[in-house]
Amino acid sequence: MSHHAAATGPAIHGLMAEFDSAQALLDAATAAQKAGYTRVDAYSPFPIHGLAEAIGFRERLIPKFVFVAGATGGTLAFSFQYWVSAIDYPLNIGGRPYFSWVSFIPVSFELTILFAAFTAVISMLALNGLPQPYHPVFNNPAFARASQDRFFFVIEATDPRFDLDETRAFLNGLNPREVVAVED
Amino acid sequence: MSASEYPKGDPRAPIPVITPGHSFTSITDKLSDMVLTYNTPLAWVITTAIGFCLLMLLIVALAYLVFTGIGIWGNNAPVGWAFDIINFVWWIGIGHAGTLISAILLLFKQDWRTSINRFAEAMTLFAVACALIFPLFHTGRPWLAWYWLLPYPNTMALWPNFRSPLLWDVFAVGTYGSVSAIFWFTGLIPDLATFRDRAVHPVAKRIYGVLSLGWRGSARHWWRYETAYLLLAGLSTPLVLSVHTVVSFDFAVSVLPGWHATIFPPYFVAGAIFAGFAMVLTLAIPLRALYRLHDVITLRHIENMAKVTLVTGLIVVYGYACEAFFGWYSGSEYERFMLKNRIYYGPYAWSYWALLLCNFVVPQILWIKKFRHNLAIVFTVCMFVNVGMWLERFVIIVTSLHRDFLPSSWDMYYPTFWDFATLAGTIGLFLTLMFVFVRVLPMISIFEVRTLLPEAHPKPQHEEGAHR
Repeated sequence: MSHHAAATGPAIHGLMAEFDSAQALLDAATAAQKAGYTRVDAYSPFPIHGLAEAIGFRERLIPKFVFVAGATGGTLAFSFQYWVSAIDYPLNIGGRPYFSWVSFIPVSFELTILFAAFTAVISMLALNGLPQPYHPVFNNPAFARASQDRFFFVIEATDPRFDLDETRAFLNGLNPREVVAVED
Repeated sequence: MSASEYPKGDPRAPIPVITPGHSFTSITDKLSDMVLTYNTPLAWVITTAIGFCLLMLLIVALAYLVFTGIGIWGNNAPVGWAFDIINFVWWIGIGHAGTLISAILLLFKQDWRTSINRFAEAMTLFAVACALIFPLFHTGRPWLAWYWLLPYPNTMALWPNFRSPLLWDVFAVGTYGSVSAIFWFTGLIPDLATFRDRAVHPVAKRIYGVLSLGWRGSARHWWRYETAYLLLAGLSTPLVLSVHTVVSFDFAVSVLPGWHATIFPPYFVAGAIFAGFAMVLTLAIPLRALYRLHDVITLRHIENMAKVTLVTGLIVVYGYACEAFFGWYSGSEYERFMLKNRIYYGPYAWSYWALLLCNFVVPQILWIKKFRHNLAIVFTVCMFVNVGMWLERFVIIVTSLHRDFLPSSWDMYYPTFWDFATLAGTIGLFLTLMFVFVRVLPMISIFEVRTLLPEAHPKPQHEEGAHR
């Protein structure tokens, strides 16, 4: 993106190392963190516990969003039912009070869940930047197996410690199947 | 307890959740080639054809209904709710197993759920779609029903009655349907990415590519994904319990003998899980044989589901006992009459005894391990349960309504051809959707099955400066 180091060749997104196992990927991420790399990403065909921490991922936003959305949904539903049944359109139903709050519980509960669940999914997609039609990692044809049975580790060119030769040597030292430079 | 905690050859060790010897590659190949190769078993074609014919019958039945009015059904003055509500509750109940498997068993860390959750969730969605047809068309003119179903500011300045259980139903089932849909789609995203990367046909590649939203399996994405998925599971758990509770309020909040009972919410929820697991088994046993899924749907799954069916069946029977006890203990003349009418001298007493045969007597053979491992027997028991749970709703609705407080208003209820046609039609809709789903989408969650392999759980390096 903003990388202009290689004036002659095409700009690169980073160096991508391909591994055979989840263990090798986790070890690579740990080693890179230890070596001081910060702009890295790890790709795997299933969630691996501890991997997000190993690449320095600390964001914990989704649960907060979901809590706020659930509270909003419940409050909105309850106050709307109160407004409809006691203020805007008071109807005498079986002599019950207009503000018969017990009968407002089921709808308030359902809307709490509805708001919270949609927020969980939408905030997950939004924070992940999905849907995303293009991403440079797909420029490596071998990356098709990142969704199947291979594990990939990328040190991005925007990393302050990134140096094409040194970083390549570092990645080669992690015993990968292959290290390739991925075009941006 | 996992199989590895037992010494080798110990007969107490449970059957593994996945047959040993698989790798990430073999699982991915097996589960995606089912869809991505020219592999259409003859049994698939025949079942889909039958389902499609019944779906056409549904369209005819609904078109005739819209042209003529709900007089074509057998509903009459005392039995104002009949097949429409029986079938609605039956389908909604079947839907419950999907969410139970995907959400509640996830929270309880039952790893065997992984092989069956995807198609159970799909089953939920399709069952809810079938269920919604009945109340929607029972309104007679569904296109006019919106203003009393949904609170939107309309020109008549009318709002729906929020004190009515029928309106709670709209919100409960609407939330359930939409949350189940996003839960299902969220689960599909990583597998759609696998399909995108494996599909050969350019059109298929493009379609799966668009649907997978550009998923690339980054560790950051997985972390957010797992958080969102866990939260969805946590939210769906009370949701699934609330849905059948609200459905039971349709009955329990009324003052009709046979409906007005406090046992209804838990008894309905247990019945829903009972019916749902029976339907999951009804689908899983043939699909397992058809697509040779013996490695990922092992006898462990069949046995566990059979056990859940047995236990929830016993809870349901406890519900029947409570209902009968409440009727007798209430001391109310009408309650006691309803009970005797339902159980022995009423014209529909046969349905009560048929219900007990299907839901109480037959499932008891699942106590025996040998029978739980016999697929033909488990399948037969599940067919009994499918029928029994339909009969349960028939008993609750028709026998309570047909002889109410005033003998002068008593009448018999006879379903018409169109009642049966609509029921058969929704079964067709269900079969068609289910089999099309199996053909075009991953019916087993591929990425979750990968995590069942031991090599999916690497050990972090603890010692400072440790190198391999």
